[in-house]
Amino acid sequence: MTDAQWEVLSYQGILAAAFLYFLAMLAYFVEVAGLRTVRADEEVTSPRTAVAGRLGLVLTTFAAVVHLAALVARGLAADPNRVPWGNMYEFTIAGTFVVTVLFLVSSARLGAQWLGPVVVTVVVAALMAAFLALDDAVLPLPDALNSVWLVIHVVSAVIATGAFTVGGILSVLHLVKARSTAERGYLARVPSADRLDQLSYRMHAFAFPVWTFAVLITGPIWAHQAWGSYWNWDPKEVWAFITFVVYAAYLHARATAGWRGRKAAYLALAGLATLWFNFIGINFFFGANSQHSYAAPETDSSVVVGASAQAAEEVGVVVGARDARGGTAGALLDESHEAVDDQGEDDHHDHDLEHSPNVDTSS
Amino acid sequence: MSEGRQATPLPGELGLRELARWSWRQLTSMRTALVLLLLLALAAVPGSVVPQEDIDSLAVSQWREDHPRLAPIWDRLDLFSVYTSVWFSAIYILLMISLVGCIVPRTGVYWRALRARPPKAPRNLGRLPQHTSYVAAESPDAVLERAASVLGERRFRVASDSDAVAAERGRVREAGNLLFHIAVLVVLVGFAIGGLYGYKGGIIVVVGKGFSNNVSLYDDFAPGSLFDPAVMEQFSFEVTDFEARWLTEGPSAGQARGFVSHLEYTAEEGAEPQEYDLRVNHPLAIGGTDVFLIGHGYAPVITIRDGNGEVAKRGATPFLPTTQTFESFGVVKAPGAEPDQIGLEGTFYPTFDLPQGPDGELGLPRSTFGDAYNPLLSLFVYTGDLGLGDGGGDSVYVLDKDQAELVTKEDGQPFRLDLRPGDTVELPDGLGSVTFEGLERWNRIQVSRTPGKLLALGGVVLALLGLLGSLYVRPRRVWVRARRQDDGTTLVEVARLDRSGASDPDDHRELAEIVTALTKESS
Ligand code: HEM
Repeated sequence: MTDAQWEVLSYQGILAAAFLYFLAMLAYFVEVAGLRTVRADEEVTSPRTAVAGRLGLVLTTFAAVVHLAALVARGLAADPNRVPWGNMYEFTIAGTFVVTVLFLVSSARLGAQWLGPVVVTVVVAALMAAFLALDDAVLPLPDALNSVWLVIHVVSAVIATGAFTVGGILSVLHLVKARSTAERGYLARVPSADRLDQLSYRMHAFAFPVWTFAVLITGPIWAHQAWGSYWNWDPKEVWAFITFVVYAAYLHARATAGWRGRKAAYLALAGLATLWFNFIGINFFFGANSQHSYAAPETDSSVVVGASAQAAEEVGVVVGARDARGGTAGALLDESHEAVDDQGEDDHHDHDLEHSPNVDTSS
Repeated sequence: MSEGRQATPLPGELGLRELARWSWRQLTSMRTALVLLLLLALAAVPGSVVPQEDIDSLAVSQWREDHPRLAPIWDRLDLFSVYTSVWFSAIYILLMISLVGCIVPRTGVYWRALRARPPKAPRNLGRLPQHTSYVAAESPDAVLERAASVLGERRFRVASDSDAVAAERGRVREAGNLLFHIAVLVVLVGFAIGGLYGYKGGIIVVVGKGFSNNVSLYDDFAPGSLFDPAVMEQFSFEVTDFEARWLTEGPSAGQARGFVSHLEYTAEEGAEPQEYDLRVNHPLAIGGTDVFLIGHGYAPVITIRDGNGEVAKRGATPFLPTTQTFESFGVVKAPGAEPDQIGLEGTFYPTFDLPQGPDGELGLPRSTFGDAYNPLLSLFVYTGDLGLGDGGGDSVYVLDKDQAELVTKEDGQPFRLDLRPGDTVELPDGLGSVTFEGLERWNRIQVSRTPGKLLALGGVVLALLGLLGSLYVRPRRVWVRARRQDDGTTLVEVARLDRSGASDPDDHRELAEIVTALTKESS
């Protein structure tokens, strides 16, 4: 098969998986609706409700298999073949896969089938967002991203992100359950608030070391190889660090009397907010200062432009001081700045007006 | 163990010693650690939003220009250098003090606990959350003996009393926790050593030229505050060749796929020259110093002849890329030109293109590709006093135009040189001529020496190991008590206490296994 065929296959696979998740979600909704009138301690007698719940789980399992196949195809679509997480779209489809797998594992080992409706809804929403909002071209990895450390670093970041997300879902459930007095329905059937708190802690206790490994070990090693400095306080690194610190505070909070449960859950959600902000906010809004071109649509230029920006630093400083009217050198400043800002565009000529009117190619 | 230390209320009457002791307890309490951690997270935020001097000083000066009113305030708040600011440092130094104050007493406690025997069985085992009992036919001593061996096989530490066996397992958790916190300190020390004693420098080297590691030869050089130039390795290298591979098709055509710089280097003076292919992600390590390839660009070779026909300037001048397609900006100066100094400033287009709209109207000139398929050099000419040698701000990338004038054509329009390789153009007013001889390339090379980086790496690895112990080892205690009953049988009580916060109180598996092992051997 050619790369293009693999790409189409992967795309179709993700669509098929999304469709299966969607069906699973519908099945779970039928189950949740059917549970509305059933007391928590009663057997589920309605066959429709019981079957819907089981169908939800089966569909989710199928979806996960298709999802995995699509991820593999995605990796084969790139030339040279590589791990399928070179941009935000790929990160999202890999992250949602981790979320699903963690759910399937916890339902098999901890009997957490009740997580199904929530998890599947989150996965469907994330996949929709990936389709609608994220660039999905299969780009070859530029040199800076072409390293085994990328594989290890991003794999662990994806796994940790998925696990933190499931942990966050459990924290939300804990908060909701702690306030709920429902005796019937879905909420009455999820485990006690204490148990949810504990499960959430276990999910976080799994995610935290993986995140530490991704952000504080493999990240710096890779940064050292690619950029010559293992920690640069680049926005992406800053936010990964913030996430680390907030989750460390969460683990502390759980060990401090009076912070277990509700307050700890809020901290966990704050941690999740920093994590997602790093993924979405920094990539979209503050990419300007980030060397992690990784998520931006045009990936290579950061190395080149980053370097030229550095070389041009001198220019910037001198120009700032002397050439206040912003002559051609000022235009350079604007341009190189903008090239860093906005790597997606390649037309930066607005600033070139000064010498554009008398363009003359005849010489 | 998991309680840590709690903050205590302020005592009513304060002597200086009480105040000191009270402050110390506050500072080293778990709650303070929690607050400091959250503060640290919060304090790190501004540095990701406001451009940072150490990271991108170009963006900082741009920001200053755009926000002339805010900039002085930001300056006062150290917002352009958050991570070295007083307030940021204050938070992490407090956290470190708190950490030391936390580790030292806990290590003492742990040390003593290590040598203590497992705690005696509580009087009433039935009160513990997990407990069970059964009746056995053998004597209590036989039961207890077997209990000790069963628990010993399950890797518990066991202590026997007259009527009970006490066993404990999983104290590695606390050790892991201590290791983690100590390792955090180690990482910080490693990080600090790198910042204080290391250096980082950048140079632009034209392909075919060389460099030797000497402070004065760097284009920019950022030493740590305790840096000593004597530690610099005496290496030198020459960039013998450079290749860039470009993507010519597909959605990202025009993007550089990769680049390689061929180096010939000597690790120290007089050593045998060696070769190395320098690529992104593949730095060259020489002793404790690493050499990285981080960028590249074009260096047009230009010859300027002055009004007397003498060569006033000849050589390759690096032009700085400003777009992804390597449109590059540059300046060439010939201060020695007679009778008047000559300065050139303009753009180099590796693949020049002048787009034409549907109505025949010309667009703006641009470069459509990063490789040099259709190179064109487009320069304006300045003459007069180029301000060289007056000290301040002599940058090779900037032309000082304060006292120079733009050379114009007869109609008053600026005179522009548009040169292809090999072209020579005469300048007006007998100023001289300019020849575009050909094209060279340059590499931007970064050299850095970061002592302490292995210490920091070792620290994080230890921290991770400690963390795994601290999070996954479950400390637990088991007690077995056997008492003869009036009817001659033995009542055996077994209880288990899980001391990690994460276990499921309904998980009775271990207790059940122990009981099974105890009863199986007796039957
Ligand atoms: C540099 C800042 C710190 C970081 C990143 C940090 C991180 C952590 C982490 C991730 C844990 C979870 C491991 C576990 O649950 O066993 C933990 C636990 C703990 N930390 Fe810290 N910590 C820091 C500072 C401190 C300080 C200053 C203290 C003392 C005041 C402290 C006392 C503790 C204690 C007692 C535990 C054990 C909690 C338990 O038993 O579960 N930590 N810390």
